[in-house]
Amino acid sequence: MGTVGWSRGLTEMTLAFHILFATVGVGVPVFISIAEWLGIRKKDAHYMLMARRWARGFVITVAVGVVTGTCIGLQLSLLWPEFMRLAGNVIGLPLFMETFAFFFEAIFLGIYLYTWNRFANPYVHWLLTLPVILGSTGSALFITTVNGFMNTPQGFTYENGALTHIDPLAAMLNPATPSKVAHVLFSAYLTCAFLLAMIAAFSMLRGRKDEYYRKSVRLNMIAGLVLALVTIIGGDASAKFLAKAQPEKLAAAEWHFETGSRAALVVGGRLNQETSEISGALEIPWALSILATNDPDGTVIGLNDIPKDEWPPLYVHYLFDAMVGIGFYLLAVSACFVALLAVKRRNAYNRWLLTAMVAGGPLAFLAIELGWFYAEVGRQPWIIRGYLRVSDAATANAHVSVTFWMFAVLYAVLGIVSLFVLARLFHNKPAELELEAQRIIL
Amino acid sequence: MSIEQLGITVLWSFLYGYLIIGSIDFGAGFYAYYGRLIGKESIIGPVISRYLSPVWEVTNVFLVFFFVGIVGFFPETAYYYGTALLIPGSIALVLLSIRGSFYAFANYGVKKNTFYLLAYGATGLFIPASLSTVFTISEGGFLDVRGHEVVLLMEELFYSAYSWAVVLLAMSSVLFISSTFLAFYAARAKDGNALELMRRFALWGGIPTIISSLFVFIALRNHNLEHFQRALDVWWMFGLSLLSFAIAVGLIWKQRSYGAAFVMVMLQFAFAFYGYGQSHLPYLLYPYLTVYGGVTNPAMGRALVLVFIAGFALLVPSIILLLRLFLFNARYVKGELA
Repeated sequence: MGTVGWSRGLTEMTLAFHILFATVGVGVPVFISIAEWLGIRKKDAHYMLMARRWARGFVITVAVGVVTGTCIGLQLSLLWPEFMRLAGNVIGLPLFMETFAFFFEAIFLGIYLYTWNRFANPYVHWLLTLPVILGSTGSALFITTVNGFMNTPQGFTYENGALTHIDPLAAMLNPATPSKVAHVLFSAYLTCAFLLAMIAAFSMLRGRKDEYYRKSVRLNMIAGLVLALVTIIGGDASAKFLAKAQPEKLAAAEWHFETGSRAALVVGGRLNQETSEISGALEIPWALSILATNDPDGTVIGLNDIPKDEWPPLYVHYLFDAMVGIGFYLLAVSACFVALLAVKRRNAYNRWLLTAMVAGGPLAFLAIELGWFYAEVGRQPWIIRGYLRVSDAATANAHVSVTFWMFAVLYAVLGIVSLFVLARLFHNKPAELELEAQRIIL
Repeated sequence: MSIEQLGITVLWSFLYGYLIIGSIDFGAGFYAYYGRLIGKESIIGPVISRYLSPVWEVTNVFLVFFFVGIVGFFPETAYYYGTALLIPGSIALVLLSIRGSFYAFANYGVKKNTFYLLAYGATGLFIPASLSTVFTISEGGFLDVRGHEVVLLMEELFYSAYSWAVVLLAMSSVLFISSTFLAFYAARAKDGNALELMRRFALWGGIPTIISSLFVFIALRNHNLEHFQRALDVWWMFGLSLLSFAIAVGLIWKQRSYGAAFVMVMLQFAFAFYGYGQSHLPYLLYPYLTVYGGVTNPAMGRALVLVFIAGFALLVPSIILLLRLFLFNARYVKGELA
C-alpha cells in the first residue's frame, strides 16, 4: 500500500473510532438535560439519579472523544497537507468556530459536573446543561459544514491551482450543509436514545425490577420514536439532495447505471462488476424515482453518464442498504413499544421487546458508521469534489505506515480500557443501591 | 494592525495561554505521580485533583485552538509543518491522547490505580519535550525542501545542542510553573503541608529553568545568528523576564503573597515568550515561510477576526464564571464543596 492508501486508512480508522464517542458527545447531554428537568419538575428522584448516572458515564466518553477529536484535527494537516494548504483558505472559518463551540462546552461541562449541590434553586444547575448542549451540537454543526463543503464546494473561484475570490460564509452554507447537518444531528440523538434504552433494558433483562429502569426505557423509547421518524425524513431529504447535486453518489448506492425515469430501487443483491448485472436483489419498481424526485416519472441520473474514473466504489450499495435497514428497525422497535404502552393491558416491557432494544444500541452505532462510510467513500475519488483528488492531497512523507500502527494500538487500548472502566463504573453499583444510599457523589 | 500581525498575535497569545495552563496541568500530573512514589500522595493529591477536575478539558482546547487557528490564518504552514512533523506530531498526539483519557479513567472511573496515574504523570514530561521540537524546527536548519518534498532531518535534530537546550527549558519550565501555581493554590486552601512541599519544588525548580534559558540563548547564537541579533534588539523584554523571575523567587523564598509570586511567574514567561516571538518574526519557518507569504486571503482573514471577537465575547465571561466557581471560591478550594 502506498502513502495515499496508508493515509486513507489512518484517517478512516481515526474517524471511525472518533465518531462513536462524538455521537455520544452530541446526543447524551440532551438526554441528561431532559432527565434532570423531569426530575426537578416532577420532584422525582429517579430522573435525578438518571441524569447523574448518565453524566458519570458521559465524562469517560467525553474524554476519549476529546482526545480522538484532537487527533483527527491535527491529522488533517499531518496526512493531507496539500488539502489543508488549499482548503485552509476556505474552511478555516468553520474549523475555528468548531473550536469555539468545543471550548464553550468544555467550560460548562466542568462547571456542571462539580456544582450538583451548589445552588439553592435546582433549575440553576439544570440551566448549565444548555450551554453544554449548545456547544456539542454547535461543534457537530460546524464540522459538518466542512464535510458538506468537501462534497459540494462553493464560495471561491478556482484559478491556476489556487482558490481566489473567497467567500467563507458561502462555503459554509453550501448546498450539502442543511440535509447533512439535520441527518447527522438527529441520527446522533436517535443513537443515544437507543444507547441509554439499551442499558436500562439490559438491566431489566438481568432481573432488575426497580421503577427506575422502566422510566428510563419509557423516556428513551418515546424520544426514540420521534427521533427515528425525523431521522428517516432527514435521510430521505439527503437522498433527494444527492439526486440533484451528487448523482454519482446516489447512483452508486443504488447500482443505478442507465439514466431514466421510473427507476427501480435495488435492495440487497449482488453485482457482477464486469457486466454490471445485478442478481438476487429485490427491485421495487419506481421507488428510486419517487425517493429521488417525489415523482414516479422522475428522471434519475445513472452511473453511465459519469466518467468511469470518477465513479465511487460500488460496494457502497451494501453500506447504504444496511444503514437504511437499521433505521427502519429502530423505528419499528420504538413504535412497537409506544403502541404497547398505549394499550394499557399489554406489557410493553416484555422480554422480546427488551431484547430488541438491547440489540438496537449497537445497531444504531453500526448505522452511524455505515452512513459515514457511505457518505465518505461515496465521494471517492475526490477529496474536494470536482477540484482535488484524494491521490493528490496526501502527504509526501513516507512514514505514514508507522503512524498507522501507532494509532491502531492507541485506539485499541483506549477502546478496551474505556469499555472496561465504564463497565466497572456501573457493575457494582446498580441504581437501587444508589437510591437507597441517597447520598450520591459524582 | 494588518491581518498578518493580528493573526500571529492572536495565535501566539493562545500558545502562551497553553504554555501556562498546560504547564500547570503537565506538572501537576508529574507531581501527583511523584507524590505517590515518595509516599506523600495524601498531602498533595487532594490539592491537585481539586484544581484539575473542573478544568482538564479546557486545557486541551488551547492547543487545538492554536493548531486550528494557524491553519486558518496561515494555510501554508499546514504544508511545511504538516509534511515534516508527521512522526513527532503523531507521537505527541498519542501521548496527549493517553494523558487526556487516562486522567478521566483515573478520576471518574476506577480510583487508586497506580498504572493510570503513571500514564498520566509520565506523559506530563514527555509531551512538553515533544511539542517543543516545533520551536526548534521553526529556527531553520532541520528541514530539507526538495521540490515537492519536505523532509525532517531527524539526525540533525537529535545531535543539535539547540534542540536539547529547548527540550530542557520546556521540561524545567513546566515543573517550575506548575509548582508555583500549586503553591499558590495550596496557600489559598490553607493547606500548610502541601504548601511547604510545593514551595520547595518551586525553589528547586527555578534553578534549572533559568540555567536552561541561558543555554537556549547561547545555542541560538550558534544556530541562527540572525534571530539571535533580533532578540538582542528586544533585550529589555528578556531583562524584564529575569526581573520578574527574581521577584517571584524572592516572594516564594520569603513565604509571602503566593498569588503575586505566581503572577510574577506568568509575567516572567510572558516577557520571554513574547520577546522570543517578536524576534522570530517575520518568519514562521526560517527561511521558507514568513507571515506575509503564508497568510490566508483577506476575506477569510476578516471572517476569522470577526469570529474571534464574537467568540471571545462568549468565552471570557464563561471563563470568569469557571474561575469564580472553582479557583477563586475559597470554600471550594478548601474542599468544603463537593
